[in-house]
Amino acid sequence: MIVLRTIAALICGSLFGLGLSISGMLDPDRVRGFLNVTGAWDPSLIFVLAGGVIVATIGYRLLRLPRPLLDRRFDLPTKTAIDAPLLLGSAVFGIGWGIAGFCPGPAIASLTIGIAPAFLFVVTMLVGMIAHDHLIPRLFPTEPMKRARP
Amino acid sequence: MLSFLSSLAGGALIGLSAMLLLVLNGRIAGISGIVGGLFRAIDARLVTNAAFVIGLLLGPLLFLRMFGAWPVVRIETPLPWLGIAGLLVGFGTRLGSGCTSGHGILGLARLSPRSMVAVAVFLSVAMATVYLMRVGGVA
Repeated sequence: MIVLRTIAALICGSLFGLGLSISGMLDPDRVRGFLNVTGAWDPSLIFVLAGGVIVATIGYRLLRLPRPLLDRRFDLPTKTAIDAPLLLGSAVFGIGWGIAGFCPGPAIASLTIGIAPAFLFVVTMLVGMIAHDHLIPRLFPTEPMKRARP
Repeated sequence: MLSFLSSLAGGALIGLSAMLLLVLNGRIAGISGIVGGLFRAIDARLVTNAAFVIGLLLGPLLFLRMFGAWPVVRIETPLPWLGIAGLLVGFGTRLGSGCTSGHGILGLARLSPRSMVAVAVFLSVAMATVYLMRVGGVA
């Protein structure tokens, strides 16, 4: 099963990366044009979200499986509270996204094209992720316990 | 006009990928979670997470094979700002448990109230940030 799951993940990642490439999300200039609602707004990227959500919703509604095809159980988010980490984290992400025009998926996919500034962004993004995973459990010892695996 | 259609088609492919990963592996295609998972415990998920990221890197290569050119990537943000932005995106997406894919595509598809709030926050903050940078003359 692990072999099939790995192949499935590779295919899904490729589709995701191809979708990002076709959608225009790889272009930080265009993303910032989409976010520039008070200036020369380019609304076209709203269709990326629309297309993605529509297809994912149809899939999510149609296929009510008891378990995934290649694994024993679904691994879905369990948190439901709209809490401070969610709001603060989303706001911090929003600042970074606005500055650079890059979010995690497009930034990583763009590495293949070999543009130096994209490497800088991805390296500092990984530093930010690792910093979070080391700092937050120390500052707030109870929070990560919710993430403990069964 | 064409840009709308390619964005819609690209978005649909992203949605298809997310749907397949859920149906086959039972996993949420949240990029920040998948990438962040590479630096935590060494477990069974590590292999599938790494495979997904390799696939993500192959995406632009597939685009090149299909259309004969690389996807457009234009970065105008000055390098020091770009480095700071990376830190904020990395830290923020981990703290907020998701980014444009996990909260944006899948969270909204699952009608998760948490994700709806997250999307509203990061979208409005990002728009405000672009406005402030424009006013401040940075980029």
